[in-house]
Amino acid sequence: MNAITKNENDALARAVLEINVNNHPGVMSHVVGLFSRRAYNVEGILCLPVGDGSQSRIWLMLIEDHRLPQMIKQVEKLEDVIAIRRHNADHAVFQDLESFFRP
Amino acid sequence: MTETLTGAQITVRLLERQGIRTVAGIPGGAILPIYDALGQSSAIHHVLARHEQGAGFMAQGLARSTGQPAVCLASSGPGATNLLTAIADAKLDSIPLVAITGQVPKAMIGTDAFQEVDTYGLSIPITKHNFLVSSAEELLAVIPRAFEIAASGRPGPVLVDIPKDVQTQAIEIGEWPEPGRAQPTTPTDPALIAQAAAMINAAERPILYLGGGVVHSGAATTAVDLAEKSNLPTVMTLMALGTMPVDHPLSLGMLGMHAARYTNLALEECDLLIAVGARFDDRATGKVAAFCPQAKIIHIDIDPAELDKIKTAHLGIAADVQEALTQLLPAVSDNDRQVWVDRNNTLKAEFPFEMPGLDNPRSHFGLIRTVAACLDNEATVTTDVGQHQMWVAQAYPLRRPRQWLTSGGLGTMGFGVPAAIGAALAEPHRTVVCFTGDGSILMNIQELVTAAEENVNVKIVLMDNATLGLVHQQQTLFYGERLFASQFKSSPDFIKIAQGFGIAAVDLDLAANPCAALMEAIARPGPCLIHASIDAEQKVYPMVPPGAANRDMIGA
Repeated sequence: MNAITKNENDALARAVLEINVNNHPGVMSHVVGLFSRRAYNVEGILCLPVGDGSQSRIWLMLIEDHRLPQMIKQVEKLEDVIAIRRHNADHAVFQDLESFFRP
Repeated sequence: MTETLTGAQITVRLLERQGIRTVAGIPGGAILPIYDALGQSSAIHHVLARHEQGAGFMAQGLARSTGQPAVCLASSGPGATNLLTAIADAKLDSIPLVAITGQVPKAMIGTDAFQEVDTYGLSIPITKHNFLVSSAEELLAVIPRAFEIAASGRPGPVLVDIPKDVQTQAIEIGEWPEPGRAQPTTPTDPALIAQAAAMINAAERPILYLGGGVVHSGAATTAVDLAEKSNLPTVMTLMALGTMPVDHPLSLGMLGMHAARYTNLALEECDLLIAVGARFDDRATGKVAAFCPQAKIIHIDIDPAELDKIKTAHLGIAADVQEALTQLLPAVSDNDRQVWVDRNNTLKAEFPFEMPGLDNPRSHFGLIRTVAACLDNEATVTTDVGQHQMWVAQAYPLRRPRQWLTSGGLGTMGFGVPAAIGAALAEPHRTVVCFTGDGSILMNIQELVTAAEENVNVKIVLMDNATLGLVHQQQTLFYGERLFASQFKSSPDFIKIAQGFGIAAVDLDLAANPCAALMEAIARPGPCLIHASIDAEQKVYPMVPPGAANRDMIGA
């Protein structure tokens, strides 16, 4: 992934995953570990508690490739994952943050 | 009525309530409170292993032979890291295991304290789930939940890391939680079963492909019933050996890298592959694009993530295989499939599996068959990993699910001896035979003294070729015969080693009548090491070269 230039990167199809999880110190590691062990780069991560804080919502932005359906199934298997939804790249959650990520 | 108990006492009580009667482990500083409580338990027998990996594999032997979750214990730091290989092994073969590790006190976590390691972080990718317990109260939820997760759905290992101060924290207990049990699976969709039945009924050349999931869900009898009703020639993965008796007329034996030629050739011709509790492992499929090239695929597995992972199924059914097969059985029509059954018998006759030296107990196949002749189907067989493992898989007449305990997915040398000890502890009425090699046995040789201490009925058949046989074989076949680091220049005296550890030993090399010596050693109760030298030039054949298609077998 590192060798891909910004322009090439922009041309690739992206996907956004919305993952509801139990909120505890190990959960992020469980989720992102599934991606890192497959050398599947996570382009963006957002996470905040939801409601009373017993649950969190993780938003991941990814470059779509043929492994994505398998990744979603693997994430679904995690004990601490309550639900996972797939959105298209035009989802507002990351777009609204662009001003914080100017070089 | 309430009682005040420490986290350690609560842990032990919860294990007792789970019905755990044997645990294997090694104590150390960070788990001493639990050991102190365990010492007071009259219900649980603790087996003191000599290396934590040995304890992990003993627990695996208990779990694999009974199907119930088993427990191993280790202290923090090196105790926990030594357990990791056995846990990873359980993950890849879907074995229900609950590993309990001590951790440094909460306040010291993250300070590089003595014997501190990030057990939680290390175990994430090799467990089904894991916990770092932060209070004694939490144990009441976590321990039953660990057993529930380990046993439910696709089984697997769960690790519970308990800091020392949580073990010593005392709380009042009023009510005990229910023990954690396997949760019922969601019912199978009848529409999918009907579709599967229609595909099987319409197929001309179907093959049933059984995996370890058939063993785990207790579906062996149903699978054989289905095969018989519809006359489905049946292949088994390494993990499924024993689900259909190997001498059943419909059995094509093990498929894949070291299958008989007729097995892989039948798969080439099949028009429907019914995969049940199998995961299309590369050792089974060979080059995936060339696996069953003419076949439609029905894939039944309890883990939805296995469907379409390696090979896209025409019909994928996420279900407990016992439940799915039970529904499928009445929907499949009787069919004698005479043409296809005849074709399979022709393939068996034209491309038979050759076992030279069967009548010579000093040859590898002859030794395996002579051992089998000394035993009946009640015996349990464990193996280590290497040439001996494949030869036993090919030649031993396995006829019972859970008769065969082997490290399949991870392929861990060192598995055989401690797993055999665990199996013998779980089912003391059975004779347990461990086939091993001179490379593998040295990887957990220390557990021989545990076998002596527990006086388990384990017969270790050491097939000694003074090489790392499969490495030797691959270097010979695929690396221009450049043998490097695969031949031992120095071999220990295994007879003296066994005797030094306190177990009986027999050297078949020196026996005037090896058959009689073998029979006597197997019949004598208690642990025994049986040493037999074998020819280092023998190969495991046939062999599909790594990465090649299954049709391209070499040798024999």
